[in-house]
Amino acid sequence: MTPTPVSPASPGAGPASTTTEAPALHAAALALGDDALVLSHRLGEWAGHAPVLEEEVALANIALDLLGQARVLLSLAGDEDELAYLREERAFRNLQLVEQQNGDFAHTIARQLYFSVYQTLLYGQLADTDSPLAPLAAKAVKEVAYHQDHAEQWTLRLGDGTAESHERMRRGLDALWRFTGEMFQPVPGLDLDWQGMREQWTARVTEVIEKATLSVPEGPQSGAWTAGAGREGLHTESFGRMLAEMQHLHRSHPGASW
Amino acid sequence: MATAHQPPSTAPHHTAAGAADTAALESAFDAAVAADERIEPRDWMPDAYRATLVRQMAQHAHSEIIGMQPEANWITRAPSLRRKAILMAKVQDEAGHGLYLYSAAETLGASRDDLLDKLHSGRQKYSSIFNYPTLTWADVGAIGWLVDGAAITNQVPLCRCSYGPYARAMVRVCKEESFHQRQGYELLLALSRGTPAQHAMAQDAVDRWWWPSLMMFGPPDAESSHSEQSMTWKIKRHSNDELRQRFVDICVPQAESLGLTLPDPDLRWNDERGHHDFGAIDWSEFWAVLKGNGPCNEQRITQRRRAHEEGAWVREAATAYAAKSAARTAKATKSAKSAKNSEREEATA
Repeated sequence: MTPTPVSPASPGAGPASTTTEAPALHAAALALGDDALVLSHRLGEWAGHAPVLEEEVALANIALDLLGQARVLLSLAGDEDELAYLREERAFRNLQLVEQQNGDFAHTIARQLYFSVYQTLLYGQLADTDSPLAPLAAKAVKEVAYHQDHAEQWTLRLGDGTAESHERMRRGLDALWRFTGEMFQPVPGLDLDWQGMREQWTARVTEVIEKATLSVPEGPQSGAWTAGAGREGLHTESFGRMLAEMQHLHRSHPGASW
Repeated sequence: MATAHQPPSTAPHHTAAGAADTAALESAFDAAVAADERIEPRDWMPDAYRATLVRQMAQHAHSEIIGMQPEANWITRAPSLRRKAILMAKVQDEAGHGLYLYSAAETLGASRDDLLDKLHSGRQKYSSIFNYPTLTWADVGAIGWLVDGAAITNQVPLCRCSYGPYARAMVRVCKEESFHQRQGYELLLALSRGTPAQHAMAQDAVDRWWWPSLMMFGPPDAESSHSEQSMTWKIKRHSNDELRQRFVDICVPQAESLGLTLPDPDLRWNDERGHHDFGAIDWSEFWAVLKGNGPCNEQRITQRRRAHEEGAWVREAATAYAAKSAARTAKATKSAKSAKNSEREEATA
C-alpha cells in the first residue's frame, strides 16, 4: 500500500505560508522541525517521572534543545504556533519513530539512541552545505552530540547493567527497530548523501549496541505503512492523542495570544 | 570561621570532648554567629543547629522536587511554543534546585537517598502549597507570580543565613527564582490583557492561589515553634508575619498593574502602619493540608514514590555497570602493569 502524499496546504494544514520561492526548503524545514517538536513533546512527558533527579535535568535539557530547534525550523516554514497547534495529524511530517510513546526508560533511551545518531549525522552533513538550513544545523550539531552521548552512555549502562536492564534495553531496541528505515528516505529540499548516512548510522549503532552486550535487532527496518510514511503524513495511532493534548488549549481560544 | 584540615564529622563532637571544651566550642560558635560569620561544614556546631538545618534544607529540597509536579502538569498543554519552552526550563531549574539543596544538606552528613526515603515515607514534609491542583493554564502564571514570589520573599534573607553552604545555594536559587517570578507575572499580564475568557482565567487562578500563597510564610509568629531558635542562630532573619506583610505590600500594587483583584475584601492600605491590612487567614485549611488532607497530598506523594520505584531498576543498572567498568579498568591496569614488569624483566635478563 502506497501512502498518499499530503502537501502542507492540505485540509488541516493550517495557513502555512506558500508565498515562498522555495517550497522544497519549507518541506525540509517542516520535516526536521516536526521531528524535533514531536520528540521534545514526548520527552516533556517525563517531567516529574524520571528514575533519578539527574535524569529529570537531562531529559528536560534535551527536550528544550529540541524545542529550540523546532521553533527555528518551523519559523522558516511559517508561523511556529500555527504550524504546531493548528495542523491536524495528517499534515505533520515527522518520523513515526519520534512519535512513539515513551514506554519505560529503556524504550525512551532506545528511541533517543536511534534518533540522536541520525540527527548528528544529518546536521553534520547539512552544516557543510549551502542550504539556508546550514546555520541552524551548525548550531544544533553541538546539541545533538550531547544527546547522542547521553543515549549511548545509557545504552551501555542498561545493556551491560543487570539482567533486568539488559532485557528491557533489548526489548526497547527491538520494538523501535522497524521505525528506523524511514530516517533514510530522502527528504525533498535536503541534498544529502542518504545512503552514506544509513551506512554510518548502522555502523555507529551496531558498535554501541554490541558494546552494550546486545545484538542489533534482526527484523525489517520498515513495514508497509512505515517506510517514509510519517514524512507523508501517515502516523501511528497514539500520535493523534498526543496532538489532542498538545493542541487543545490553543484551539479552545481561537485567535488568542499567549 | 572555616577551619580547614579538620575532618568532616557527623558525630557530635562533644562526646569526645569534656564539658568545659563543649562550653568553649559553644561560646565560640555563638560568637561567630553573633558576628555574622559563616559556619562551614567542618566547623563545630551544636547538634540541634545541625539537625534544624538538615530538616529545613531537606524540606526545601523536597519542595523543589514535589513542586515540579503541578507545573509539569501543563508542559504537554502549554498554549504556545515559547511558553512551553519557558515552562520546561523552569521545571528543569527546579530539579536543579533540588540537587543543590540535597548537596548542601549532605555537607551536614545527611545523605540524599536517606532524605528521599524520608520524603517518600512521609517522615519529612514539603511546602504545603504544592498540594493544590493546577486546574487551568493561568495557574502556571499564578504559581510563578505568587508562589515563587512568596518563595523569594522567604529565601532572599536566607542568602545571609549563618550556614555557608545553604546561603550560597540560596544565592543561586534566588537568581533563577526571580526570573521565574517575572515570567509568571508576564504570563498573567498576557492573559489579563487578552480575551475576556483569558482574563477570567487569570482572575480565577489568582483567586485560588492568593490565600495558599500567604500560608507559605508559615503559622502566625505566636504559633511558630522553630522561629525563636532559628532567629538566634541566624538561620532565619525575619518572622513569618513580617515576611508575610512584606509580601502583601509587594503584591498589592503588582495586582493593580496586572489589572487583577486580590480575593480579600479586608485588604486596604493602613496609613498609620505604613502597610496593607489584610483579612484573616483560614488556618484550619493550612493545618489540614499540612496533615495530609489537602487536595493533592496523596497524588503528589504517590507520583513521587512511583517515579522512584519504577526507576529502581535503572539506578541498579547504573550501579552494576559502574562496578563492572571499575573492575574492567582495574584488570586492565593490572595486566598493563604485569606486561610492563615482564618487559622490565626481559630487559634486565
